[in-house]
Amino acid sequence: MIRVALLVAAKDLRIERRSRVLLWQVLPFGVMALVLCGLALGPVQAGHSNAAPGLFYLVMLLVALLMINRSRVIEGSPGTRASVATLGLDPAGVFLGKALALTVELWLTGVVLLGGAVLFLHTQLSGTVSALPSVAVTLAALAAAGTLYGVMSGGGQGPATLLPVLSLPAFAPLLIAGERSFSAALHGGALWQWWLISLVALVAYLALGILLYGVLEES
Amino acid sequence: MTTSSSSTRVTLRDAVVLVGGFPLLSGVNLDLAVGSLSVVTGANGAGKTSLLRLLGGLVTLSRGTGEVSGIDLKAGDLRVLRRRVGWLGHEGSFYDDLSANENLVFAAKALERPLADIATVLDRVGLSARASTPAKQLSAGQRRRLGLAWIMLRRPELWLLDEPYASLDDEGRTFFDELISDVVNAGATVVVSAHDPLRSSALRPRTLTMAGGLIVGDDS
Repeated sequence: MIRVALLVAAKDLRIERRSRVLLWQVLPFGVMALVLCGLALGPVQAGHSNAAPGLFYLVMLLVALLMINRSRVIEGSPGTRASVATLGLDPAGVFLGKALALTVELWLTGVVLLGGAVLFLHTQLSGTVSALPSVAVTLAALAAAGTLYGVMSGGGQGPATLLPVLSLPAFAPLLIAGERSFSAALHGGALWQWWLISLVALVAYLALGILLYGVLEES
Repeated sequence: MTTSSSSTRVTLRDAVVLVGGFPLLSGVNLDLAVGSLSVVTGANGAGKTSLLRLLGGLVTLSRGTGEVSGIDLKAGDLRVLRRRVGWLGHEGSFYDDLSANENLVFAAKALERPLADIATVLDRVGLSARASTPAKQLSAGQRRRLGLAWIMLRRPELWLLDEPYASLDDEGRTFFDELISDVVNAGATVVVSAHDPLRSSALRPRTLTMAGGLIVGDDS
């Protein structure tokens, strides 16, 4: 399972490096969205607003949906699906590999957007840095849930609009926990309790994915 | 209960495949021997691709019985079956952003085959010079050859080639004919779907004609 996971993750990341969709399409979109959030708050409000963590995760949600969609489209053409199916890869390994690649992509995006939050939403640098572990876990949980919901919404062949509708109820608790722990890192409060919720969600989605990915893919 | 001998690769009895309630195959009966070449012809929508997909374990058998390479199509592990078949679709069979070599490295690692085999199969299909070219930049004929290289790397028992001659020039068709001949002589079973009967008389394939999800003609 681990061998297949590493193989699939390396393949997805190589495809991403080649296509540069993350670099030239997703990241500029995320940064522009953050700039707009900063403009909406205004220079005076931005530094004093409690909205920054929520806005950061709102932008991350939009970016994550684009990346999840991209991850499932890679496998989407019928010919590719059939050829890869004949490799007989362990579905649990495929799930872990795709979730791992998506996690790495979301982490890279998250680091850039956290920098953007410091610049455009004027979040404190020290508080933003101390939020890094919770952001990392929340984004990994989003990647695991997103990979699972990506295949549930029909893989690369399902309508792209189905993914946000299906996944938002699953993402909402993750986003709330992430926002709460980011807020706690900036303004003080129960950072670790919220961080723990994200960690439990990550483990739960990984377990669900390992168990269900093959069944969902077949159906 | 379907029974098959060691000389039979495929046995289907009244095989029905339904997708969304619509019958793609409506009761196919078929036996294919080990080391045989069959060409499935018919108009668009006749059920050629569906038959190939059923033989590859890529769709499930809704009714009837079937066995491919000793694996029951209803009760057997279709993932095991899929590892024994090679599929060449007419849509392209690999990751477009990866080079020809990278696609084959992925397949070889997935199947735990030696990476040294890649250079051999690329040479056999005439793609050595384009090994580092992304698949999406290859011509239609070169993409077919890359699909074949992917299958050759796997050395499957059953080759399922869905309209392999589409968009091929004369040289490409000759290359395919020679390769199929070699594969059949080596003991693999090959099923090719095509709109028309094979042009090459040297191959002497069995021709199956399909219409409405049924085999309506068999020249064996």
